[in-house]
Amino acid sequence: MASAFWCIVEDDRQGAPKKVMAEVLGAASRLGGGPVEAVWLTDKASDAGLKQLGEWGAGKVWLLENAGLAPYRSEVWAGALADLAAQQSPRAIFGAVTSRQRELVARLAARLGVGLAADCVALAMNGDTLVATRPVYAGKLIARVTWAKGPWVATLRPNVFRPAEAQPGKTAAVERPAVSLPPAVMKFVERREEVSTGLPELTEAEIVISGGRGMKGPENYVILEDMGRVIGAAVGASRAAVDAGWRPHRFQIGQTGRTISPKLYLGFGVSGAIQHLAGMRTSKIIVAVNKDAEAPIFKIADYGIVADLFEVVPELTKEFKKLLEK
Amino acid sequence: MKILVAIKQVPDTATQVKVGADPRLIDTAGITWIVSPYDEFAVEEALRIKEKRGQGEVVAVSLGPERVKEALRSCLAMGCDRALHLNDAAWNGADTLATARALAAVIKQEQPQLVLCGRQAIDDDMGAVTAQLAELLGWPCASWIMEEAVDAEGTTVRAARQVEGGLEVFDLPLPAVLAAQKGLNEPRYPTLKGIMGAKKKEIRDVKAADLGLGAEPSQLSVVGLEALPPRPPGRIIQGDVPTAVKELVRALREDAKAI
Repeated sequence: MASAFWCIVEDDRQGAPKKVMAEVLGAASRLGGGPVEAVWLTDKASDAGLKQLGEWGAGKVWLLENAGLAPYRSEVWAGALADLAAQQSPRAIFGAVTSRQRELVARLAARLGVGLAADCVALAMNGDTLVATRPVYAGKLIARVTWAKGPWVATLRPNVFRPAEAQPGKTAAVERPAVSLPPAVMKFVERREEVSTGLPELTEAEIVISGGRGMKGPENYVILEDMGRVIGAAVGASRAAVDAGWRPHRFQIGQTGRTISPKLYLGFGVSGAIQHLAGMRTSKIIVAVNKDAEAPIFKIADYGIVADLFEVVPELTKEFKKLLEK
Repeated sequence: MKILVAIKQVPDTATQVKVGADPRLIDTAGITWIVSPYDEFAVEEALRIKEKRGQGEVVAVSLGPERVKEALRSCLAMGCDRALHLNDAAWNGADTLATARALAAVIKQEQPQLVLCGRQAIDDDMGAVTAQLAELLGWPCASWIMEEAVDAEGTTVRAARQVEGGLEVFDLPLPAVLAAQKGLNEPRYPTLKGIMGAKKKEIRDVKAADLGLGAEPSQLSVVGLEALPPRPPGRIIQGDVPTAVKELVRALREDAKAI
């Protein structure tokens, strides 16, 4: 039997796989290099979640369900996963770029003594080997990388890979392997929730609105949030706006912030400094609104309007509302 | 308390980066090199821990060619006490794992209580070395930290790591590895005195053989680098604001199918 392509499940911590899993499973299936299997480490799986993984194309789910797996700690997860990998010898292990998995797979690759390609935007089989494509140098270049030996460990950038189409009724075989958990070394103290904006998370959102220096001050972001509520978008900011103290750092898009790849990016008063572009240039459609016709962001924008954002934003929100109410 | 900070020298964010004659490498001609910005947060935090405790030593370490001494010198100017330069052709083309193995070996020799790194180097953007170091050393790690506090006894560090939707706070027994996220602190600029003083501080070359390591083939290798394919030319929508906005919404809906 050809050895499997594993996809580590990212879930919402409540028993449901996140939508990025449809992308990871879809990417693994399209490679056609072997059976696609999900590996789910959780304290609490759900039947609905297992069903979902099956419909997204996982032929099998390796379910490691144990109270000791919550909260996530890399030393516990990597140990358990490495154990299972040693038993089953997968051909590849894929994760999603999330706070847990980017750390987990790095640790796992070190334990297995294999290469890691993080934040990949394309994967392809080249004969008997896997070649991954990933942006480097702030997205100024792309690198194609390959592994000396397997398992090939990689993380996939969210929103880039075409999601698997759900096949209703397709089910995954569920296996509960005997795996011993290494003892937890880190002691959980607390989780501090961010004050919710009621808008989607920046790295997960399909539409992202970004406000730059042209926003003039922190008080003006409310007009972007109003638009965000109308179209279901996350609201981010450029480094200039974050460094000015207008927005908390978690909203920063760019090389020293979050990397995003939404279906639609709308930048208002964003000049398009190279380090901002690094964080958003793989967005599918880019819209830029800026008073300055020379702003570099217009060079990569699919649609641009040269005008005062304070005139455009309310008008655009109104038009979006009209369109979506139809 | 001894703290080790692992840093990387990278091209400045504003610098042009082109594919070199060997398409697996960049053309280094004309590049301005800097300490990777996240690593500066790590250096700053290490210095603050030392200052708060009123004693200790901060050692900067970096792997790379001769030019890396400049980056280490900047760390010394910020206030690090000494530096180690992993400077050996055996490490040319080192991937994250080979880099982590070299760093782990030097950490075993130095025996710091805490290792700080940046969340990722802004050249290859792998963000893997922190966790790989922790694995190779058998230590706990926390990535993307926004806050940390070492207890008075120097036995535990409390770290808040940034996750989707909030912060998760953990106690890590020392020794441990932490990766700094932006927001942890505001790095200081070196003072003139610091810059002058840095000239007298030690930067010691370390060879692979000093660490009992040989040449090691990288597990991950670059097949080729390419310039990013240009985006298709865009369109500036003309007209007064209400007209332009209407046309934009129409184009997003009908042409781009983005909304």
